[in-house]
Amino acid sequence: MTDQAIAAPKGKDHREDLYTAKPWQLIWRRFSRHLLAVVSMWFLIVLALSAIFAEFVGPYDPFKVQRLRTLAPPTGIHLFHEGQFVGPFVYGLARERDPDTARVTYGPDTETVLPIHFFYSGDSYRFFGLFETDIHLFGVDDRREQINLLGTDDLGRDVFSRLIHGARVTLSAGVIGVAFAFVLGLTLGSISGYFGGWIDGSIQRLMEFIRSIPTIPLWMGLAAALPIAWDPLFVYVLITLILALIGWTSVARVVRGQFFAIRNEDYVMAARLAGASEYRIITRHMLPSMTSYIIAALTLAVPEMILGETALSFLGLGLRPPVVSWGVLLQDAQNLRSISLAPWLLSPGVAVVMTVLAFNFLGDGLRDAADPYGQ
Amino acid sequence: MVAFILRRALLAIPTLIFISFISFVIIQLPPGDYVTAYVAQLRQSGEYISAIQEAQLREQFGLNDPMLVQYWRWISNIVLRGEFGYSLEWNAPVSSLIWDRLGLTLAISSVSLVITWLIAIPVGVYSATRQYSFFDHVFTVFGFLGKGIPDFLLALVLMWMAFAYMNLDVGGLFSPQYQNAPWSLAKVVDLLAHLWIPLVVLATGGAAGLIRVMRANMLDELGKPYVETAYAQGLSESKVVWNYPVRVALNPFISTVGWALPALFSGDIITAVVLNLPTTGPLLLQALKMQDMYLAGSFILILSVFTVIGTLISDILLAWFDPRIRYA
Repeated sequence: MTDQAIAAPKGKDHREDLYTAKPWQLIWRRFSRHLLAVVSMWFLIVLALSAIFAEFVGPYDPFKVQRLRTLAPPTGIHLFHEGQFVGPFVYGLARERDPDTARVTYGPDTETVLPIHFFYSGDSYRFFGLFETDIHLFGVDDRREQINLLGTDDLGRDVFSRLIHGARVTLSAGVIGVAFAFVLGLTLGSISGYFGGWIDGSIQRLMEFIRSIPTIPLWMGLAAALPIAWDPLFVYVLITLILALIGWTSVARVVRGQFFAIRNEDYVMAARLAGASEYRIITRHMLPSMTSYIIAALTLAVPEMILGETALSFLGLGLRPPVVSWGVLLQDAQNLRSISLAPWLLSPGVAVVMTVLAFNFLGDGLRDAADPYGQ
Repeated sequence: MVAFILRRALLAIPTLIFISFISFVIIQLPPGDYVTAYVAQLRQSGEYISAIQEAQLREQFGLNDPMLVQYWRWISNIVLRGEFGYSLEWNAPVSSLIWDRLGLTLAISSVSLVITWLIAIPVGVYSATRQYSFFDHVFTVFGFLGKGIPDFLLALVLMWMAFAYMNLDVGGLFSPQYQNAPWSLAKVVDLLAHLWIPLVVLATGGAAGLIRVMRANMLDELGKPYVETAYAQGLSESKVVWNYPVRVALNPFISTVGWALPALFSGDIITAVVLNLPTTGPLLLQALKMQDMYLAGSFILILSVFTVIGTLISDILLAWFDPRIRYA
């Protein structure tokens, strides 16, 4: 009886639904109308998952050198062999030497059919340092042959595996950098917007000052100051810090603008009259009201960090091998000769572009959806 | 107006002082100093230098003084005598290395800025007045792509395509045979054949973002009553659009032209490294890698100064362009 009474109006009136919906439901409804943003979100989720489980998704050890498979082209995936359906498979790799130039050339060996196995046991690895395992998402069951979706580099290492492992470093550098920037920008931005006056003025001068230094030279200068001999992991943390040092200004600007807008709202006044401390007013009353704006601003800040890391590493000032990041991988594609010989070495660049675009679209979608009560 | 310009120029001075200080801190950041690197260089060429001599060298260069004293010595040399110090690696005064490269950098940057504007303004206006048309979508895609593709990647791909499909010799500014040849018509043609790639790379990167800005600004303005009034008076579309909303929509453009300058420099550095251009970028990169810190610090200082000047110029332009902005 009571069940019916509650259920009935819900099903009858869609508008009723809209009035009682929670803010996040409205945000989600708006967001899901932005097709490109939704697609980007799923792309980024898949990318993040493969980065987290890189050892599992990548079929090979990213450092495994294969002397007989250097600069092998990407292997195409086929479904039909001589007109017959055999499921997804790849052909073997025929290695020949050009009789004139003595250069090694590769072609598909259409005699060998290598079906792709899923959950295949290959190179062993430690799963998050917890236990030893050798299960990979896919692979081919042959001691000599490999499946190289994006070819191999000049040491015969599988580019696809390296790309996935690089995603872990590049994406996390972007996200950690944004987290640093977030803390800095949120603190300074809210102080600036809440108190105004000379505090606001001096923080504004500081932001203007940071923005007035050309980004890349500053990054380069700071990055070059890191000694080469330091632990790569430590360098990685410092690089993200350097990226954040400049990135926080954009977050702070958004937060400050929002604070100015809501500083004189009634509920802030009410909180103040109720005797709440300034810290409490800022963190409990004002910041939650702009969560969605902040999330959108953060999403739009990630690609800048990723581009920064890639550019620095590409120039040899950021992360260095043996750390694998997209920028480090692109170092292999630095000159014309290697690109014209092995265009697939540019694939980390394609990954960078796609990721940056996805973050931009996602950020745009979130920004549009951030204010569900508007319009 | 004069008072406004003066006030803004005065405001730029503390910024410049602060920037010069930061540049110097960056110079001092890496462990070791000029003498450490110098001694290491000597040792590599087989010469022996004792610890006492090393200490004497330090004394001679004044490296034992407190940092503020060293900073004062460095900055006063720059301001009073125009000397930026001595490049360890090139064994030459920094100023002689910098100025000719800086000229080329400025030339490439400003030409690409002009191209950026020539592309961005008409395309932005078109996209706004013909919103959701076929070409608007095309330009939107172009805008997003331009934002997402890093400059150096675009430079690499263009270089590769020019090399592989058009059989062009790319990279650098001149073909080998013209490198040391006297100026002639053929050399100018050769220069242009090399220059288009960096210009395209820099211009597309900048234009992509500006098209979006211009389009958004125009869309804001087009719906306003004064536009409708202009149409109601029977003016043609091109007259209405170009005489009224475009002028207002250009405002944010002008206020960001100062920021376009550092962006162009930044973009230029990586592009120039990839394309092997004799601009400031590769020199700065090498100086940083070799820890040739006087050269590097001076570069960062000079680039920052140009940025501050750029911001100043755009503030002045904005005040001059838009009568609604008060000189306060």
